[in-house]
Amino acid sequence: MSQARTLETAPGAAGRRTHRWPPEAGILMVLVGLALAFEVLGWIFVRQSFLFNEQRLVVMILQVAVIGIIAVGVTQIIITGGIDLSSGSVVALTAMVAASLAQSSEAVRAVYPTLTDLPLIVPLATGLAVGALAGLVNGSLIAWTGIPPFIATLGVMVTARGIAKWYTHGAPVSLLTDAYACIGSGAVPVVIFLLTAALFHLALRYTRYGKFTYAIGANPQAARVSGINVGRHLIVVYTIAGTLSGLAGIVTSARAESGQSGMGMMYELDAIAAAVIGGASLSGGVGRITGTVIGTLILGVVTSGFTFLRIDAYYQEIVKGAIIVVAVVADQYRQRARRRGA
Amino acid sequence: MAVPAHDARQEWLLEARGVSKSFPGVVALDDVSLGVATGSVHALVGENGAGKSTLMKIIAGLCTPDSGELRLHGRAVQLDTPRRALQAGIAMIHQELNLMPSMTVAENIWIGREPVSRLGIVRHRELRHRTRTLLERLRIGVDPDTAVGELPIAARQLVEIAKALSHESRLIIMDEPTSALTERDAEQLFTVIGELRAAGRAVLYITHRLDEVFAIADQVSVLRDGRHVGSDRPANLSRDDLIRMMVGRELARIYPGAPGVPGAVVLAAHALTGARFRDVSFELRAGEILGLAGLMGAGRSELAAALFGLNPARTGHLSLDGVRVRIDSPRTALAHGIALLTEDRKESGCFLMLSILENLEIAALGREFVRAGVVRGRAVREACGAMSRQLRVKTPGLDECIGNLSGGNQQKVLLGRCLLLRPRILILDEPTRGVDVGAKSEIHELIARLAAQGTAVLMISSELPEILGMSHRIMVMHEGRVTGTLDRDQADPVQIMRLAAR
Repeated sequence: MSQARTLETAPGAAGRRTHRWPPEAGILMVLVGLALAFEVLGWIFVRQSFLFNEQRLVVMILQVAVIGIIAVGVTQIIITGGIDLSSGSVVALTAMVAASLAQSSEAVRAVYPTLTDLPLIVPLATGLAVGALAGLVNGSLIAWTGIPPFIATLGVMVTARGIAKWYTHGAPVSLLTDAYACIGSGAVPVVIFLLTAALFHLALRYTRYGKFTYAIGANPQAARVSGINVGRHLIVVYTIAGTLSGLAGIVTSARAESGQSGMGMMYELDAIAAAVIGGASLSGGVGRITGTVIGTLILGVVTSGFTFLRIDAYYQEIVKGAIIVVAVVADQYRQRARRRGA
Repeated sequence: MAVPAHDARQEWLLEARGVSKSFPGVVALDDVSLGVATGSVHALVGENGAGKSTLMKIIAGLCTPDSGELRLHGRAVQLDTPRRALQAGIAMIHQELNLMPSMTVAENIWIGREPVSRLGIVRHRELRHRTRTLLERLRIGVDPDTAVGELPIAARQLVEIAKALSHESRLIIMDEPTSALTERDAEQLFTVIGELRAAGRAVLYITHRLDEVFAIADQVSVLRDGRHVGSDRPANLSRDDLIRMMVGRELARIYPGAPGVPGAVVLAAHALTGARFRDVSFELRAGEILGLAGLMGAGRSELAAALFGLNPARTGHLSLDGVRVRIDSPRTALAHGIALLTEDRKESGCFLMLSILENLEIAALGREFVRAGVVRGRAVREACGAMSRQLRVKTPGLDECIGNLSGGNQQKVLLGRCLLLRPRILILDEPTRGVDVGAKSEIHELIARLAAQGTAVLMISSELPEILGMSHRIMVMHEGRVTGTLDRDQADPVQIMRLAAR
């Protein structure tokens, strides 16, 4: 009784908490540290600045914007304690379907010769719907059959890639309308990424949707006892993530001005990596969009930093792998410290 | 007690001397001394939480005592791991059996000790032969080659016993072995136990069923509140003697008592049958505290889960205010104003990694504090802050992680989660288990206050003083059935135990 204080006797205590570092502080330091390291190495080895080059920074973020859009959805799934392996394949599938409805009349062998030069809304809406449908399948499988998310989304991953190939029998879909190509040009992908990130950051923090998402990941049994319809909520979360993968597919095909069934290969792993580096815990209940954005940027800095130093792409992957492992190990220590009552 | 609890002159197979063990907040065993003789069956009885399991665990090397010693054949031994205990000839058969369902009986029995050839290949023929000999010796009719998962529970238990004997164990500890068995299977178990006794082994037998004590035990010891109350030959005791030894304590603490006079019936259950409970009917009135007593496994928690829609009853029905309702999920239960405080705080109560605020608000967000999907942060924080102050949760702030709170304070937060819903019917499953004394009486006062304000309370508790001190009426369950309902003034511990232990 004497040591612990009640709320009444500790009026100033709430204020003290705000001085604690936010959970993102650690990886933000990592991001800054990496950028500075490349800056220094840049001056030493290639006699250039890494950071003070607007074009490089834009390219760097552009490269990871698509991953970032997927990662925003994947983070929410990881918070529920699940995982999504299907995102990369869903990117390919939506890229194919959306592109096939965005072909201009100049296309000689259009997928739908009668459906060219359609208004922009058609490929956009269809693409998002395809993504949502894939997510709905993921979520329904998990909620109704009770199979682990790993298996459900693995199945959808293989199937979606298959449908993407079957759709045109492997042929790429090209000659898209200018309006569609606009979505991928300039900084538009970056804007889309940041807007979705902001939207879902707010949703996770301030809405019932967000509260339920964390609760399910922290303890599904307790969530059920608290009156949450766990299955229905999981379906919503997976559908949102699928829709975001669909959005990523649209951006990818718009940027490439074509749809190809090989698009989005391994994007799911990069997206998971971004979320995990950003502090999301695969055991559920923990994770923030701000962390995921920083995680995405770390992936971008590493990729463009190595290119900038003219180091082989092989090393990039080796280092990327190491960063993921280090991030998770650090996360484990953090959690253990928290449990001990930090 | 004619025979002293512990007689140093006798030659014991295993002897505990002055064993004490405490866990944070509880003294589980307090200076317990008892001896087990060779070639005997020694029963150990006591209420839930009397310290039986702790004593067993200490003897089986699963935990170490804070003080006191164990002596094997008169020599002090250190049993700090299950392996050591096994080597010393002590085997424990757990309630939840430790067998691998996909492996065969023979593989399970000899796991880690398989006869192998020089190349490290298991010699299956010998394995099977050894198993068959062992099973025949015990007259257990099980095929060594069946997968354990295909055997009924009773046969698995016999396999566990065979496994214990394969270690040449001299003392076999059985923790409520008949709790999952039918009467006929239990008979077979008793026959095997008889064989063990005849072969000069000792059996230490924990049970809730007093009939078994009289049927098979040579000696019975009673634990109560971590203390050894006494030991005797069952022949020298009556059933009521045993019950009195198990519960004979005064109401040491003062309970607020059942307040006021109950009002109209709000909840009525008609012939509910479901997982582990059968044909349960009762009425619960506004402002009433109905205590639900019984031993572990009596089906009380399953009944609570059914009332709350977690695992609905198969037959029978519920009515609220005389109107028949269907409650098939916690959501519908909450919508009808029924809230549940679950038995297992960590398993189904707390979101351990989330804050106190997030733990408090979660159920209320289903109905309140939300406009167009957006949580009204300030309103929720105010309501939760007020609740936290009302329950006197000891914490620096609402944003503290609930995992850092003591058990008592976690329990207050979970109770607060229920109360934010302003339930008409509150089901409490072991509301003060693992809660320190201070928080305990605060929770008791709170329950009494809620009832005084008209909330109907169904309180499951394994602590008789709590049940007796708090309830208007006490319903007792035994093996899934209601064996009696007692009014506050006619209830006493002996009465309840008589209905609960049969």
